[in-house]
Amino acid sequence: MSTMPDCDKVLLVQAELDGELGAAEAAALAAHRAECPICEAAAVEFAQARALIRGDLYQPAPEDVRQRVMAAVAAAQPPRPAMSAAMRTAPGWWRRWWSNGTSFGLGAACAAGLGFLLLMPAMPPGLTEQVVDGHVRALQPGHLQDVASEDRHTVKPWFDGRIDFAPPVKDLAAARFPLTGGRLDYLNGRPVAALVYRRDKHVIDLFVWPGTGETPPQTAERQGYNIVHWAQNGMNFWAVSDVEMAQLKQFADDWRRTP
Amino acid sequence: MLNSSPGDTFEAVVLPYLDAAHNLARWLMRDPASAEDVLQEAMLRALTYFPSFKGVNPRGWLLQIVRNTAYASMSLNRGVELVPLTNGSDESEDIVARLPSGDDDPETSLIKTRERDRVHRMIAALPIELRETLVLRELEELSYKDIAEVTHMPIGTVMSRLWRARRLLAQAARRDEAA
Repeated sequence: MSTMPDCDKVLLVQAELDGELGAAEAAALAAHRAECPICEAAAVEFAQARALIRGDLYQPAPEDVRQRVMAAVAAAQPPRPAMSAAMRTAPGWWRRWWSNGTSFGLGAACAAGLGFLLLMPAMPPGLTEQVVDGHVRALQPGHLQDVASEDRHTVKPWFDGRIDFAPPVKDLAAARFPLTGGRLDYLNGRPVAALVYRRDKHVIDLFVWPGTGETPPQTAERQGYNIVHWAQNGMNFWAVSDVEMAQLKQFADDWRRTP
Repeated sequence: MLNSSPGDTFEAVVLPYLDAAHNLARWLMRDPASAEDVLQEAMLRALTYFPSFKGVNPRGWLLQIVRNTAYASMSLNRGVELVPLTNGSDESEDIVARLPSGDDDPETSLIKTRERDRVHRMIAALPIELRETLVLRELEELSYKDIAEVTHMPIGTVMSRLWRARRLLAQAARRDEAA
């Protein structure tokens, strides 16, 4: 097999299909592509290769591996500034106990345990459970959506006047997560928008409400449901579903990347 | 990240990318046990280097460490990488780990599982420099620029490797269909 493309624009075609070209470059390339059979063939091969790639090829850390690695990291954590501050101001008994050589083993075990606690994903306690409860509640017949539509231009305006913010609604059908509708829900002491998507036969609820900051996706699992949450553009997003974690992460990534 | 605030901890900045780190390690090493070793070693290195990390792209930074660790491990165990695991224990373990979910009828599940294992084998059979580029682009969805950073390659090299990986994959798929 020749390793060099036969037309010097083939790699540009690839870059365009990878979303790496600006609009002007893409337009210039389109004119060339229309009359270059090599570049057209390249686009077909790209599509063939891309069609093979599926979310389930992604190999997230299995739970047992994750726990072993986190334990190793926790054991290797340097003393934390927060802890030394606590030790300085701690009551005398604590300092004596801490510095007591005979309880070194206990102290080390405690430090390791504490490190592990600090490593737990930074999820607000209780919210994860509320999200799962909201999802399970919605799965009862007739509760899933107040507005049923695959058209985001129908779903988004539906929230007008029903909620004190305008949730972003995105069409992810191209990524095989079709929108099916939305509803109002109540989480964390406030009304939130719930957008309903599907992956095959699975329902994905995406809860949205205003927040601050940007956080990358974090994952959790409760009662057999997978959860991915992140914050982006002033909104909190919590996706919950019984689809495999890899697919739910794919959903979160597609959502985050879709303008 | 000049002053360390609670949001700047290793846990908050790096640990969200544990899955990404595992995915890369798993595809580079092609064997679950070596992948776990590499992942653990890489996370410990990351913890050590973290105080000097000032970048804005923790995922790329971590993946770079994973890649370096994997390559170091392979050069220590020279030859490990050179044996393609087409029918090794790797495969059977994967199949068990991904038994069909209850939703599909058995036939559909079987077809899906076969299809997935077929693609899995085709990617695993790619030369490592093509495989890592493909995995970073298609599974990790990094930009060319980020892939160039993680693999210490010029963007042009990233593009041609990616193209070779895709051509090989498309060719393998066509061969499979013909057979």
